[in-house]
Parts: sequence; C-alpha cells; structure tokens
Amino acid sequence: MQDLLYFCQQLINGLTIGSTYALIAIGYTMVYGIIGMINFAHGEIYMIGAYTALIAITGLATLGIAWLPLVLLIALICAVIVSSSMGWAVERVAYRPVRGRHRLIPLISAIGMSIFLQNYVHLAQGSRNIGFPALIEGGFQFGGDDSFQMSVSWIQITIFVTTFICMTALSLFISRSRIGRACRAVSQDLGMANLLGIDTNRIISATFVIGAALAAVAGLLLGMYYGSVDPLFGFIAGLKAFTAAVLGGIGSIPGAMLGGLILGIAEAMTSGYLSGEYKDVISFSLLILILLFKPTGLLGKPEVEKI
Amino acid sequence: MIKNFTKLALASGIAAAIALPSSALAEIQIGIAGPMTGPVAQYGDMQFAGARMAIEQINAEGGVNGEMLEAVEVDDVCDPKQAVTVANRLVNEGVSFVVGHLCSSSTQPASDIYEDEGILMITPASTSPAITERGYDLVFRTIGLDSMQGPVAANHLISLDPQRVAIVHDKQQYGEGIATAVRDTLEDADVNVVMFEGITAGDKDFSSLVTKLKQADVDYVYYGGYHPELGLILRQARQADLDATFMGPEGVGNKDINTIAGDAAEGLLVTLPPSFDQKAENQALVQAFQEKGEDPSGPFVLTSYTAVQLIAEGIEAAGSTDPFEVAEALREGTFETPIGTVSYDDKGDMESFEFVVYEWHADGSKTPVN
Repeated sequence: MQDLLYFCQQLINGLTIGSTYALIAIGYTMVYGIIGMINFAHGEIYMIGAYTALIAITGLATLGIAWLPLVLLIALICAVIVSSSMGWAVERVAYRPVRGRHRLIPLISAIGMSIFLQNYVHLAQGSRNIGFPALIEGGFQFGGDDSFQMSVSWIQITIFVTTFICMTALSLFISRSRIGRACRAVSQDLGMANLLGIDTNRIISATFVIGAALAAVAGLLLGMYYGSVDPLFGFIAGLKAFTAAVLGGIGSIPGAMLGGLILGIAEAMTSGYLSGEYKDVISFSLLILILLFKPTGLLGKPEVEKI
Repeated sequence: MIKNFTKLALASGIAAAIALPSSALAEIQIGIAGPMTGPVAQYGDMQFAGARMAIEQINAEGGVNGEMLEAVEVDDVCDPKQAVTVANRLVNEGVSFVVGHLCSSSTQPASDIYEDEGILMITPASTSPAITERGYDLVFRTIGLDSMQGPVAANHLISLDPQRVAIVHDKQQYGEGIATAVRDTLEDADVNVVMFEGITAGDKDFSSLVTKLKQADVDYVYYGGYHPELGLILRQARQADLDATFMGPEGVGNKDINTIAGDAAEGLLVTLPPSFDQKAENQALVQAFQEKGEDPSGPFVLTSYTAVQLIAEGIEAAGSTDPFEVAEALREGTFETPIGTVSYDDKGDMESFEFVVYEWHADGSKTPVN
C-alpha cells in the first residue's frame, strides 16, 4: 500500500512537470510543422512570460488587490499579451528576413535571439533568483497517519486542469477554425497555400503567437509551482520541452503532448527510484533511443520526399 | 630595409606607449575576482564591499609603503570557465595580488593560473580543502575549510539525536565536498544516514526529491550547496508537508533564501563563520560600513576586508611587492585582523577558524544555537 502511494505520488509529480513541458513543447512543434525551423528562442519567451506574471502580481499586491482569481487572471492576461507580442516580434525581426534561405541561417538567428533575450532580462531584472509568491497553497492528503502520505496540492491540480483546457482549446482551434485550417494547409505545403490565396505571413505570425501564449501560461504556472524565477531558467526548460517535442514527433501537436508527459514521468521515476543525479541522463538517453529506432518520433509521420 | 626599420620602430613605439602607463603608475593593483552577476551574486556583493572598504581605508592612511592600492574588479559569475577567463585578464593587467575567488569551483582552476604566473591569491570564501592541497606557494585563504565546517555541522546534528538523516548536495566542488565531510563525521558516530544524493544546480523541480525524503521518513536533511536550490527545496518540502529540519553550510545563509522559501526558511540550521560584525573591537569598522550604506553582517564582508589587509601588511613586512616574498612574510607572521588573529600553516590555510551554528528565521534574521 505504502509503495503504491509512493508510486502514485511520483506519477503525479511527473505528470505535473510533464504537462508543463507539453505546453512549452507545443510552441516548438507548431513552428517546426509550419516553417521547418527550430525556434530556440522559445524557452526565453516562456521565461519572459514568468517574469511578466511576477511583475503583474507584485504590481497588483502594491495596489492592494488581493482577490486571488482576479490576480491570477490579470497576471495571466499580462503574461500572455507580453509573451505573444514577443513571439510575434521575434518572428518579424529574426526569422522572416531569413526565411527561405539555407536551413542553418534561421537556426543561428534563433540561437542569437535566445542569447539576446536572456541577457536583456539579465540587464532589466538582475540575475538573481526572484521569489514567486505562493498564491495557491494547500492540497489533499491520502494515506494513513503513520505511513507515507500522498499529497496532491491545489497548484498541481491547477496545472493539470489549465493544461487540459489549453490543449483541448488548441486542438479545437486547429481542427475547427478558419485560421486553424489555414495553419494545417500551410504546414502541408507553404507554396501551394500561398498560391491558393492564404496569407502565409499572417498564418506564420499566428503560429508564433499561439506558441508564445501557451508558453506564457506555462511560465505563470511553473513560476507559482517552483517558487522562483531567474533569467536562465527558460533555457533549461526550453531544452527539455524541445526534447519532448522531438520525442513525440516534431511537427505533431498530439506528439508534443505525449512527449511532454513521457519525459516528465521518466524524470520523476528516475529521481524517485534511482537518483536525482541520473534524471537528465535517463531523459536524454530516452531521446537517443527513440531517435535511433523511430527517427520521426513516437507520433511523427515519416517525411515524404517531395520531388 | 629602411621601410622595414621604420615599421619596426613604429611598432615598438606603439608597444612602448601601450606598456608605459601601467609601469609608470606608482600603484599596487589588487584584483578582486568574484561573482557580480549570476545566481550567487549576493555573496560577491559582500566580497566587493569588504575589499573596497579595506582599500579605501588603507589609502586614506597613506597607502602601503607610500604606494596607493588600486582595485581591479572582475566578474567570474561563479562559473569555472569564466573564472579562468577573468584570471587571465588579471594576468594581462599585470596584477600581482588577487582577493578571490568566491566559489570553490572557480577558485580551483583560477589558482592554477595565479600560481603559474606568480600572483598571490587570498580567497575570502572558498572552503574546499582541495584548493590548498596541491602545495602551492601563493594560495591563501581567510576562511576555514569544509573539513572544519563539516564536523561542526555534523556534531550539532549528532547532539540533536537524529534517527534518520538524509544528505543532499549539488554535485559541485563546494557542495559535495562539505556534504561528504558531514556524512563521514555522522557515520563515524554511527548515525543512520539513509540517503546521500546529488541534484543538479540550476534545477527548479524538486518534487521527486521531496517525495523521496518523505518516503525515507527522515527527521534531518543536510544540504551541501547554495541557497537558490535549497530555497526551492524548502518551499516544495513545505508544500508536500515534509516534516524534517534542514541544515546547510554558509552558502545557504543569505537573506535571499527568504525571498525564495518564504516562511519555510524558519528553523533552518546554518553553519556560518561567527558574526565578526558583532565583536566589540570591530564596531568602528561596522560604523564605517553603515555610513556607506552597506551591510557588514554577511559572512564574507570582513573576510574580504581581512584579505586586503593581509596583502597590505604582508607587503609592509616583506618590504617588497614581490608576491613570493609577501607569501613568505604571511607564512611567518601573525596578524591582528577584524576576523581575529591570523597565522598560516605551510599550505596557506589558517591555523584555526571557528564555525558557529545559527538558526535562520523567516524574516532573514539569525540567532546562534548553543
């Protein structure tokens, strides 16, 4: 019984972190699906989202607004607006001018953008860890008094629910809406979509904005869950989310969700049953294995060579 | 031929012009190397504040043997790679004395460069024993060692009669070193150490670790590392209702741990150098810091002050600015400093250095524990 509770607790830890990986991974996978490039500045967009949320929360606290749902809503809106405009601006400034060139050029541009944004936040906010107020506290306890108690906190539940809502909304948006349909068309064949009258520039911008908005949601949630932000934490989270996207099959949205969850659970189980030291070893070994045996990722479609 | 000669003359002229200003200065340059930015910049602030104050006061009293001290400040971000870069920069600047570095993992590679280039280095903060174990002539410190601090922490834990202890560290030279020292002392006293595990510095998610600590049913956790990670562990442990007392070395004893951990920092045990700023004989100095709007209470402020003072007194005793002669003078002499009477053994370690156990509070204050 006790072992089972322990297993469930680690599973919940893994699902929590995995679902936020998934939220960030969407940004990588959507951009790759449409223009075939890796947006390495995406982790920084997520970090900026977390910082914006923190600034908004601190601002509201000084104004004396303490009603939690309102604070969260305003922080979320601020984070989404700032991150989305960042995502949009990054695409305009760093990627659009080099689109259609050799594949390496946008990649280098992305890495440059990532370094720029990191250092920008370093300058603007300082390089120290800044504490994030614990807005959502408490949770449930399971298990007897003397044995191991499993706990599920409200913030974990908030993370699951928010991730689920975002994912469902995104799936509906992609499959039902006009822009979603255009997105799918552009990802199948950019040139043809252009010829058929789709404003591809607008669709590509929309992809960046959607990815950035989801990353901002993840930024707010993870900021509250972990408890501190620093200018470098987008880089590590971005790397993990990128791994998740490749694991699930880059370019595939359900793949990013699956990849995120698998990665999160693998990390939690490794820390729980082996040692925290091997956490990254296991998750990146998993990536190498999948790339060796299924190079397109779990849910990725084999790329058809266009002649 | 003549053309070549003109070029050569021009080149040597330019080279001389570049070289002139540094040799013409009647000043002793002291490099101060520590983190100005990065996750542990707070400690760097302490180091720079202490060293600057010492340089200012020594210059106000007429300098050392009539020569003024001049600070050359560099930022190593507490990153070993960056430490090597800035150490080389200090070499190029022609510096002969360095106060730094702060993180043991930075001090270690930087000290190789200083020893090779004949630069005397005094670290005010690095406690890893490995730094002085290589028989270097020019490496000193104004702080104790993990092998002194670890047993103080472990003996305090032993006095609390722990049933099950977990030891966690950040896999870095400082963190793992002190964690190992604590484990060895605990195991010698037959204390049940149920876990010894590393985490990755810079990580944010410690939920799995906290769950594991809960499962292991520990009553005490010792953490070797710095405050950004321990702050998060404390906070996530509080969220998961882990009922254990945490303890850490001076790397976690910083007010910033309160901004991360909040109330969860209450009751944390920390081993620190004694509060030198509380000593009666240091009150004039404390006031000088306060007049500048600086806080002298951090663990590395007065150790850095002392490092500069020792360099100055070493130069005076040796009657020379040659680092080897100054090192000889430091090994032979006994010095009265704000951190007490300092004398060195052959390795460059202080012959005695005290660590005290403090209890940390949610408002960032600390009280000594008997």
